Amino acid sequence: MIEDLKAEVPGQARDGAAPVIQASHLDLTFQTADGPVHALKDVSLDIPKGAFVSFIGPSGCGKTTFLRCIAGLEHLTGGILSVNGMTPDAARRARAYGYVFQAAGLYPWRTIGRNVALPLEIMGYSRAERADRVARVLELVDLAGFENRFPWQLSGGMQQRASIARALAFDADILLMDEPFGALDEIVRDRLNEELLRLWDKTHKTIAFVTHSIPEAVYLSTHIVVMSPRPGRITDVIESPLPKDRPLDIRDTPDFIAIAHRVREGLRAGYQE
Amino acid sequence: MSVASTTSVTPRRGQRLPPVLGVVLALIALWYVAVVPMNARETLTQAERAGAIIDPPTAVDRRDMSSWALVARNPGLLGASWSLDRPRLPAPHQVVTELYASTIDEEINGRSGIVQSGTLSNRSLVYHGLVTLNATFLGFVIGATLGVVLAIGIVHSRVMDMSVMPWAIVSQTIPIVALAPMIIVVLYSVGVQGLLPKAVISAYLSFFPVVVGMVKGLRSPDRMQLDLMHTYNASKARVLWALRLPASVPYLFASLKIAIAASLVGAIVGELPVQKGGLGARMLAGSYYGQTVQIWAALFVAAALAALLVWAIGAAERRALRRMGMAP
Repeated sequence: MIEDLKAEVPGQARDGAAPVIQASHLDLTFQTADGPVHALKDVSLDIPKGAFVSFIGPSGCGKTTFLRCIAGLEHLTGGILSVNGMTPDAARRARAYGYVFQAAGLYPWRTIGRNVALPLEIMGYSRAERADRVARVLELVDLAGFENRFPWQLSGGMQQRASIARALAFDADILLMDEPFGALDEIVRDRLNEELLRLWDKTHKTIAFVTHSIPEAVYLSTHIVVMSPRPGRITDVIESPLPKDRPLDIRDTPDFIAIAHRVREGLRAGYQE
Repeated sequence: MSVASTTSVTPRRGQRLPPVLGVVLALIALWYVAVVPMNARETLTQAERAGAIIDPPTAVDRRDMSSWALVARNPGLLGASWSLDRPRLPAPHQVVTELYASTIDEEINGRSGIVQSGTLSNRSLVYHGLVTLNATFLGFVIGATLGVVLAIGIVHSRVMDMSVMPWAIVSQTIPIVALAPMIIVVLYSVGVQGLLPKAVISAYLSFFPVVVGMVKGLRSPDRMQLDLMHTYNASKARVLWALRLPASVPYLFASLKIAIAASLVGAIVGELPVQKGGLGARMLAGSYYGQTVQIWAALFVAAALAALLVWAIGAAERRALRRMGMAP
C-alpha cells in the first residue's frame, strides 16, 4: 500500500520538494535462532517536510524497527528508503537526524551541559559554538541553569528533556523519537507532550514519533500511522484534522475522540487478521 | 550501563571500629593459645635441661605423643613457650619486638642504619620493603598498561579476542613459583638483571585481572549507548575515548586493586631466587637459618604494604569517581 500524504500537507506545497522520508515496499526479515522473523512487510509511506508522524501499534508491529531503518541502524532486505533524498546510511553519515531513545541514556560522568555537547564535540563544533548551542537548546527544553548538574541529580522527566536537547543541539531537520516518554508517569508525560508540540512549532522539524499510547499519538500528530504485527505492516494512515494549536483539553473534543476511535479500530482490525 | 551503586549504607568509622577490634583481639588470643602446643616439645626440652622433671621423662616416649597431650601433662612447665629463642611459632609480641628491632631500632641505633651511615641498613625491613616496593610499582605499571592495551585490542578485534584471551587464561594456570626462576635465568642470560626481572614477574601476575576487568568494562556500554554514537557517525576511536573508557573506570579500579596485590606477590616471589634484597629474600634467609621470627616480621611488613597499596588504589578510585560525578 502506498500512502501519499504529500499532496495533503499545506507546508509541502510551499516547499515544493520531495518528501523528507520516502519509503516504498520496505521489507525486513531478521534471521534469528527461532527462524526468520518478518519485521516489516511491504511498508510504503511518505513523510512530508514539517510533519509530525506518530507510529502506533502493539509490540512487534515493527514501528521501532521502521524508525531504526530510517536512522540507518537496521538494514532492509527489500524495498527503497530515502531520507533527505539519500540512502539512510548516507543520511546518517550526513547527520540528517537526531535520535531520542526510550531511555535518556545520558552519560553519568558528564554534566547535563557536556552531555548535550557530546554530538557537537563529535561533529567538530568549536568550543564557543558548543557553549552557545548548549545554552540555546537547554533554554528550549526548559533546563536553563541545569548545565552543571550531573544526570543523577535530575528527575526522569528532566533527563529525557536533556536527551531531547542533545538531539536538537545540531542542525538536523529530522527528529526520530522512539517512545521517549514511555517510562514516565502520565502527569509528566502530558507536560512533555505539550512542550514537544511547542518545540516542534518553534523548530519546524520533521518528527517521527513511536508510541504505545493512543491519546499521545492523537494529541501530537499531523499523521498517525497505525501498524500491526506478524508481519509488521501499516494498516491505516490517519491525517489529523485537529488544529495546530492544541491545548491539553483538546482531548475532550468530539474530533479528538473520533480520531482516537479510528486509531483503536485500526489496532483492533490488525489483531483480528 | 550499570555504574557501581554508591547508595549502600556504609557505617561510619566510629561504628566500624568495635567489631574490627574485636576480631583482631580474638585472633591475637587464638595465636597466643596456639603458641603453647606448637612450641611444647622445644619448651619441655629446655626445661628438662634446666633440671625439671617432665612427664613422660624420656624423649623417646614424648616423640609419639601429641602436642596437646604434652601440654596437658606438664601444665606448669610451659611458661617459656612465649619467649623461646627460635620458636616454631613465635608469639605476637616477639614478632612485634622483631619488627621494631629491624625497622626503627636498626635505622636509628644500628651501625649501618640511616642515622649513622646516611643510607638505609641492608639489615632493616625498611630497606627490604622499599626494594620490594620498587619492583612492585614497576611491575604494576607494566602489567596494568599491558592489561589495558590488550583489553582494548580484544574488544576491537575478533581475532585478538579469539587468540589472546585463551593464552592470558593459560598463563595464569602455571604456578608462578615454578615459572619465576626460569624468567630470572632467561632474562639474566640476555643481560637483564636487577629490578626488571622481578618487575616482569609482577607484571605477569598483574596484567591478567586488568585484562579481564577492562574487557568487561569496555563492553559495559549497552546497545542504546552504542547506537547513539552510531547515529552521530562517531569513529571507533571516538567511541572508545568518549564512551567505552569512561564507562570502564569503575571496572578498572576494581581490577587495579587485585593487580597491585598480585604485583606485590610477584615481586616477593621474584626475590626468592635472586637473593639480592627484598622481603622475599628476607623470608627465604629466615627459613634457611630457622629464624621464624624474622619470617613472620617480613610477612607482616608484606601484609601491611599490601593493605596500604590497596587502600591507596581505593582512595584514587573515590577521587576519580567523585571527579567524574559518579559518586557523591
